[in-house]
Amino acid sequence: MSNIFPNDNCPFFNEKMETMTRAEIETLQLKRLQATVRHCMNSSFYKKRFQEAGIAPEDIKSLDDLKRIPFTTKQDLRDTYPFGMASVPLRECTRLHSSSGTTGTPTVILHTQKDLEEWAAQVARNLWMVGLRPDDVFQNSSGYGMFTGGLGFQYGAERMGMLTVPAAAGNSVRQIKFITDFGTTALHAVPSYVTRLYEVMRSMDIDPRRDTKLKVLAIGAEPHSEEQRRRIEEMMGVKAYNSFGMSEMCGPGVGFECQEQNGLHFWEDYYIVEIVNPETLEPVPDGEIGELVLTSLCREAMPLLRYRTRDLTRVLGRSCPCGRNHVRLDRMRGRSDDMMVLRGVNIFPIQIEKILMTFTELASNYLITLTTDKENDNMTVEVELEELFTDDFHRLQELTKRIQRALKDEILLTPVVKLLPKGTLPVSEGKAVRVVDKRTVYQ
Amino acid sequence: MTTTIKQLSIFIENKSGTLIKVLDLFSKAKIQIIASTIADTQDYGIYRVLCSAPCEAFTILKENGINVQLTDVLAIAIENEPGKAAIAINALSEAGVNILYMYSFLWQGRGVLVMRTDKSEKAMEVIAEKDMNLLSENDFKI
Repeated sequence: MSNIFPNDNCPFFNEKMETMTRAEIETLQLKRLQATVRHCMNSSFYKKRFQEAGIAPEDIKSLDDLKRIPFTTKQDLRDTYPFGMASVPLRECTRLHSSSGTTGTPTVILHTQKDLEEWAAQVARNLWMVGLRPDDVFQNSSGYGMFTGGLGFQYGAERMGMLTVPAAAGNSVRQIKFITDFGTTALHAVPSYVTRLYEVMRSMDIDPRRDTKLKVLAIGAEPHSEEQRRRIEEMMGVKAYNSFGMSEMCGPGVGFECQEQNGLHFWEDYYIVEIVNPETLEPVPDGEIGELVLTSLCREAMPLLRYRTRDLTRVLGRSCPCGRNHVRLDRMRGRSDDMMVLRGVNIFPIQIEKILMTFTELASNYLITLTTDKENDNMTVEVELEELFTDDFHRLQELTKRIQRALKDEILLTPVVKLLPKGTLPVSEGKAVRVVDKRTVYQ
Repeated sequence: MTTTIKQLSIFIENKSGTLIKVLDLFSKAKIQIIASTIADTQDYGIYRVLCSAPCEAFTILKENGINVQLTDVLAIAIENEPGKAAIAINALSEAGVNILYMYSFLWQGRGVLVMRTDKSEKAMEVIAEKDMNLLSENDFKI
């Protein structure tokens, strides 16, 4: 069995789907939406949802009728953990991915074999779009395992015929040896790790322009600014393309920049994209920032209808000089919930709080500040002291270190911990402000 | 008689305006500060204060939500002459007493070394043996 690829000089991996007109996209979407909704009735969750909302699959007669379907949330995924949202019997599923579940109940996303093939095809389409071809060597320096960035890119890069190196995350010296020994031309990593690799290369007296064949980077899974992207391109001497993915929809592949680098094309043959006001849940006009809501159109194991991603973005346009009319979305501008994404790790303030509250020396008020130092995102946790239990600096500093270690065990990153006198942090009326995000990415 | 005296240890943020808040409370209560010192890190400081009414000051600060602790410290009186501090510290050092922190000031013509040590009892023994003069709270009544 062999995959069939287009000619190397064809700019499209799936020309038919990628170059559809808007009218063709919408016709296909309606057909696929109706099929997905019917298929969802195999899921006890959606069956009940539809009954409660007083709608039936036959009521979806136009794309506009999508609005009649209730939203699906992350909480729904938690409530139905592990398999309550499946639309196929478990024996038809061949893979699951799961969130770490550090905030309580984890979430599970199931895949059939066809889901995995479609997922790989989306990633392949993206990598082809940015100019990669079967001659290229693709190194995936992303975490493998439950994190979809590993296997997602692996299968996608293989699908379009590249020699694919599952380097996984970490061990920079080894990564750089792979890059030089294997002639790696394309690399996928979180942006902060690219910066790290560059620093290590310099310490090894390796110039990425002179000593490597790198030409394309895929960066994603952590928010980054346009400025940061340009800096990465400048230092590595490559083109860096923004990648969007989420495990709920499959993983990476959902959206990707084309060579115009002017927004991410979201594949509308696979998803219906809505941007809504996170308060009113009403659609916002193009150009206005709102919450991204996605409906999967090709998933078998666990299709999700009107899934609230909590990511904030806006529509940039529906046409592009590259010839693709799939909607272009701006890079993610933040979150409509309190989840923080730091160096590729998803963190909720409640995780920090849970740890701080185990220290009897500490009061209950705390503040998390996120900053960008050079290219790295940093977290500072300020917390008030309940009682001054010592006037010995060493004991205070020892407490700081113990807090830091406990936080690291929970969130896998080492934050800066600052002890403050009681009453120092602002006390807000109503909902406490726990997170201040000063990272340049949102400016 | 050998004894310790009460020092206030006040936890303050390393930021402008935080010291004034504390000093205003002393001022309003008409409590006099006899000696004070600030030790700081980048983030916070500990403001250590000897005053005319430590217990009263402690209550007032606490009521105003200040992180404060009463700490027992030693106040050794020495002649105001070169070399006297060295003699006192040397005696403690030879007895294996370590000083956690120390500050000094002049009080009624004599030098005063205020210190917290890791072995308070041992320190007091040494001070008694060497005939050094340990001040009590009454010595600071104004």
